[in-house]
Amino acid sequence: MGDFDFAIIYNNLPFLLEGMKTTLLLTVAAIFGGIVIGTVLAMIRLANIPVLSWVAAAYVNFFRSLPLILVIFWLYFLVPLILGRPVGAFASVLVAFVLFEAAYYSEIIRAGISSIRSGQAAAARAIGMTYSQTMRFIVLPQAFKAMIPVLLTQAIILFQDTSLVYVVGLKDFLVSAELIANRDQKLIEMFVFVAVVYFTICFAGSMIASRIQRKLPV
Amino acid sequence: MQYNWDWGILFRDPYIWWLVDGLQWTLTIAICAWVIAFCLGSILGIMRTSINPYLRFIGTAYVELFRNVPLLVQLFLWYFVFPELLPEEAGRWVKREMPMPGFTTTVLALGLYTASRLCEQVRSGIEAVGIGQRNAGRAIGLSETKVYIHILLPNAYRIIIAPLTSEFLTIFKNSSLALTIGVIELTGMTRQIEEYTFQGFEAFTAATVIYSLVTFTVMGFMLHLEKRLYVPGMIAAEK
Repeated sequence: MGDFDFAIIYNNLPFLLEGMKTTLLLTVAAIFGGIVIGTVLAMIRLANIPVLSWVAAAYVNFFRSLPLILVIFWLYFLVPLILGRPVGAFASVLVAFVLFEAAYYSEIIRAGISSIRSGQAAAARAIGMTYSQTMRFIVLPQAFKAMIPVLLTQAIILFQDTSLVYVVGLKDFLVSAELIANRDQKLIEMFVFVAVVYFTICFAGSMIASRIQRKLPV
Repeated sequence: MQYNWDWGILFRDPYIWWLVDGLQWTLTIAICAWVIAFCLGSILGIMRTSINPYLRFIGTAYVELFRNVPLLVQLFLWYFVFPELLPEEAGRWVKREMPMPGFTTTVLALGLYTASRLCEQVRSGIEAVGIGQRNAGRAIGLSETKVYIHILLPNAYRIIIAPLTSEFLTIFKNSSLALTIGVIELTGMTRQIEEYTFQGFEAFTAATVIYSLVTFTVMGFMLHLEKRLYVPGMIAAEK
């Protein structure tokens, strides 16, 4: 271990930072898209609309039964086919992550909404609010506040999962590091560095999540 | 959308055998990794609920370390970095002579990673059984070890059947990462069929159907088991 080459990391920092930007961009975009679609799915399931609720439940269970890598392959193959022209790896991977994560976010949000006491919704309906007003002004704000730690935990999982874009060669943080590792024969240095960076970010994130969890009223 | 459909491709030699072979690899990886994860995860879960602060610390450190590094990065560390850190003889054996290096590494990495997740499930199960039962066991003269063997663990496992099922299904899905180090399991096989035949739609549909079928079969079976084994009075069983 005495010949651990720190210079290789230092000299390639700008390139690695580019990769990290892709990783973060993908993470943030997937969280945003996942939460939006996930909320819609959760609300449809809870509203008990005959066919639609069943479709939403089927969507969630279907995606949760598939490996993420398979979903990435699917969309990498499908998106260009549907659009009829080649698109970059980033676009198809983003679609894959949004569709996949929506299923997981939907379950988190559904649990969050269910945790709000039903008296709250009943009171809102009693003073004449519509279903969507009840959701927007009464239930969802409270539910999201209670869900912050779980959403943060899911964000950390998603951040880790973005490393799977490796299978289609999108230049994220891991792939950038791997390119340098193979080019300069510095596998130990690069993979250890990648692990340390991921660990630092995720560990800090999970500490914050559990701190918020403790502060929340039960 | 321009596409030439050919569903027959899936049932033609050699592609059908690729799928069968892929599913075999997927299941073998999942089950072998599950054995490691279940045994190690249980030991870690016991450590985290132990009265000994050092054991608790080791358990916590393990969980934090393994769940905060992406599984794919862990896999690469075991595959590319670990053999370099071994003494020369052992490192050469791992790199050159170890049978099925990709398979062995995947099982090891997946098992050790999932152990950290299982540890948390086992811990929550033991905590759900409650301090009262633990004290009662001690009061009638059982040793700490016997309290775990006869009271805490049998109840804990029954309470956490549902989370254990989803952990097994997570291993089953995560086994697809093996394709990154050259073990062509189910997902890898369908990708290979796509590359050989350009029939991506059919190939990926096959994998999708197989994964869903296995998932729903396991879920149905475990739901049945859960109903038979539920601990009366526990919330987890009332669903």
